[in-house]
Amino acid sequence: MSARSTPAFDPRDRQWHPQALVPNYNSTRLRSPSEPLLQMPPSVSEVSGPVFGHNELGALDADMIRNAAVSGDPVGERIVVSGRVLDEYARPQANVLIEVWQANAGGRYRHVRDGYLAPLDPNFSGYGRCMTDSEGRYTFRTIRPGPYPFPNNGCAWRPAHVHLSLFGASFAQRLVTQFYFEGDPLISRCAIVNTIADPKAVDQLVAKLDMDAQVEFDSLAYRFDIVLRGRNGTWFEEGCS
Amino acid sequence: MVLKKTLKETPSQTAGPYVHIGTLPSVAGIDVPTHRTPGNTGLEGGAPIIIRGTIRDGGGDLVKDAMVEIWQANAGGSYGPGRTGWARSHTDFETGEFRFETMKPGKAGGQAPHITFMIFARGINLHLHTRIYFSDEADANAADPLLNLIADAGRRNTLIAQPDPGSNNTWRFDVVLQGEGETVFLDI
Repeated sequence: MSARSTPAFDPRDRQWHPQALVPNYNSTRLRSPSEPLLQMPPSVSEVSGPVFGHNELGALDADMIRNAAVSGDPVGERIVVSGRVLDEYARPQANVLIEVWQANAGGRYRHVRDGYLAPLDPNFSGYGRCMTDSEGRYTFRTIRPGPYPFPNNGCAWRPAHVHLSLFGASFAQRLVTQFYFEGDPLISRCAIVNTIADPKAVDQLVAKLDMDAQVEFDSLAYRFDIVLRGRNGTWFEEGCS
Repeated sequence: MVLKKTLKETPSQTAGPYVHIGTLPSVAGIDVPTHRTPGNTGLEGGAPIIIRGTIRDGGGDLVKDAMVEIWQANAGGSYGPGRTGWARSHTDFETGEFRFETMKPGKAGGQAPHITFMIFARGINLHLHTRIYFSDEADANAADPLLNLIADAGRRNTLIAQPDPGSNNTWRFDVVLQGEGETVFLDI
């Protein structure tokens, strides 16, 4: 690896991201470091990253309406979610693995640790995966999740949301986030959403209803575009396989 | 060519307590036949090792709902191919312990042998990033660019795994999220 004057990635904008300690979200109080983070330009360890193949995905991974169905389709609003994964320089990000998890239409997770009283749906697991194509496009089909309560200064409610985990080409681009649904009045009331200070950053997490992408007489559609950290185009490492 | 940033990175949000559904479905209780077995990097060649550890919060309690990932070079110091060198585990719901099976990494890019380590969990709004170094690499550690940025020896030692006295080829890496003995976390 040769030393170049321009690092492969600029540091994250940590004013745009949520702060680590946001006391109104109780769980951050004991899980946030008190020391400042140690900053260093990326090395080969962060510029490289695991590469996943389209052939690793199961045939129904991107179809959460069918991938856990045992006796028919799950209950709830059928939706198609699609968008593009770009970097900060607006370049499409191909072959990004996107992992998806969510509650069912009643707000219940299929997880050994979730005991919310809303019932499980025997035909829905809330698990999914997809990958972006050469133009950075992705799509998956699911059921719109329901809101649910969680303990946070008493009873707090999560807006309907879907969790996403993304792998770009570099481990430095790793991102886990959630998206919300346009028009949900719970968004502005949510302590987890409000860990983000800038309203424009919150708006970046709101999927927009996309009538043009509906499947007629079948499913509504939402659009959610995602931006990963952008690798500086003038830098490249040597010796990274 | 001079490139200009025109977009902001999508903000992070916590992975939450049910992160296992999407990342380690079998741990959540979901059977997905095409999803890989967690915990092994798939590396071959070199010295096989096991890495075990726990994550404690600022109150000293074990964090038992975290998902953790590692990414490392092979014994020759090269990354890849594919996803080889990457693995995922979780802190056990009962014991709080994570566990990885891998090969000891070699030196990569002029750095001491190390493993990138990331933590995703409820209450962590943007995943925490740190590194695992090895206590039997004293010379390489003394010359490592990242370790040398940490002036305080006690803090530097939070990144250095120690041999587990109870078992062969096993290294312990215990993380403290906050307060006394707090692990050094990175912004890279």
